[in-house]
Amino acid sequence: MRLVREAIAGVRRAPLLSGLSISSIGLSLFIVGMFAIAAHNLDAALADLESMVEVVAFLADDVPAEKLRIAQSEIEAFPEVSGVTFVSKVEALFNASRDLTEFSDVFSDLEVNPLPSSFEVGLRPAYRTPDATRAVAERLSSYAFVEDVRYGKDWVEPLFAVRRIAGGAALMLGGGFAVGAALLIAIAVRMAVLARATEIAVMRTVGATDSYIRRPFVFEGLITGLAGACLALGLTFGGFVLVDRSLITLSWLPDTWVVGGFLVAVLLGISAAELAVRRELRGIDVA
Amino acid sequence: MIRFRCVTKVYPRSDSGIRDLSFHLRKGEFAFLTGASGAGKTTVLRLVHFQTRPDSGEVRVSRFSSRRLRRREVPELRRRVGFVFQDFRLLDKLTVGDNVAFALEVTGTPRNKIRPKVQKLLGQVGLAARTNSYPRELSGGEQQRVTIARALATDPLVLLADEPTGNLDERASLGVFRLFQRINALGTCVLMATHDAGLIRRHPDVRLLELEQGFLIFDSQTSDAPKPAAKIESAITESA
Repeated sequence: MRLVREAIAGVRRAPLLSGLSISSIGLSLFIVGMFAIAAHNLDAALADLESMVEVVAFLADDVPAEKLRIAQSEIEAFPEVSGVTFVSKVEALFNASRDLTEFSDVFSDLEVNPLPSSFEVGLRPAYRTPDATRAVAERLSSYAFVEDVRYGKDWVEPLFAVRRIAGGAALMLGGGFAVGAALLIAIAVRMAVLARATEIAVMRTVGATDSYIRRPFVFEGLITGLAGACLALGLTFGGFVLVDRSLITLSWLPDTWVVGGFLVAVLLGISAAELAVRRELRGIDVA
Repeated sequence: MIRFRCVTKVYPRSDSGIRDLSFHLRKGEFAFLTGASGAGKTTVLRLVHFQTRPDSGEVRVSRFSSRRLRRREVPELRRRVGFVFQDFRLLDKLTVGDNVAFALEVTGTPRNKIRPKVQKLLGQVGLAARTNSYPRELSGGEQQRVTIARALATDPLVLLADEPTGNLDERASLGVFRLFQRINALGTCVLMATHDAGLIRRHPDVRLLELEQGFLIFDSQTSDAPKPAAKIESAITESA
């Protein structure tokens, strides 16, 4: 009860500073939140794409069937590989005329089948990353009868790069604002300590413990962090709804991420206040 | 109760403090601590209250020793050592009752025990009727009584008073002193720093410790000859 009363009194004592601290935490977490939404949705998109990731090895003509069977068995034994399908020249042409109907006339008029046979190599989920995919492609290229290998690196690698940039930017911008928020909390705590210097001196005189004296200030930091987190949640949800309705369909953050954001805000508020109050209390004793 | 063994504490900037000070104040004893300004009276009180530590020697208060006391044990010691200031240091925004209750609350007294204890303490200092008054509504003597009630809140074994009558007229001073005597009669050791020569002269039965430039130059308990009143007067005049 004393904690709540004194924390509210602290906010009332310096409403502008408290408001700035809350806004600063709110803004930092809002930025982190928006980048987190981007990262989360990119993760989902990447997961979908990853499930489609496969490596196709195009083969030279006239390779003996026995040699191909042996190669297929070897490739199936790669730890990254979930399955290998052999697509003959005839099947390739059939698939092409089925999938590319606008060119069906061209395909039907062909005298010689120009399409190569191929191995379509599926990858296990844990190996659907750019590095693992590239490694499999390189091993397939080492077969003499493999003329070309395709694995969609043109779009897989940039997508991963965007994901990394989104994560990095969220951390950097959010971290910068978090430092600003911590400084504002420290100033607010300093003002609160100075405003209560006489009271603190009396507490020390009669034998109050340091932790008892610090508690209301730290609680004020906790309240500031919590209020900042609520503000950030509101702003982030508002931003999410706006983008979802007007630009692209998005999915909301997982609950664990939201809870994590609240924990970060509360820890930021508590630790900034704790450090500031410890520093300030050193200057106040009974005399 | 309070024992100083060869204690030196010097503040280099002002070259004030105390030097090689030894004395022993027993449980339930009452003593005046006197001397000119800068003689080291406040330093002695600060050392007993562990607001500062000696440069050398040992200060013992009850079971607490300056050689072994850890920082986190200081609050526990201070609950055993009440402190009364010359300038009262009451919280203006709190009533008399709340000022005393504040000391109980911040030292962890259960909520249901605070009000009865406040009434008992204010009764003890003769201010039961002023519980709901604010400090600014009280005379200097009454404010000092509130400070004493607050200092007694934690049932201290020792009561330190730094010039408690310095801001009071003679009548109020006498009232406050009698209050200290009553508290002492209940078993609390009282160490009172004072300039008040009249007060000292009127109470020759009270032990007198006199400091000069940080040295203990007179202790009525160990000195054979009683301190000449003229010397007390001269010490006080110098400091005035």
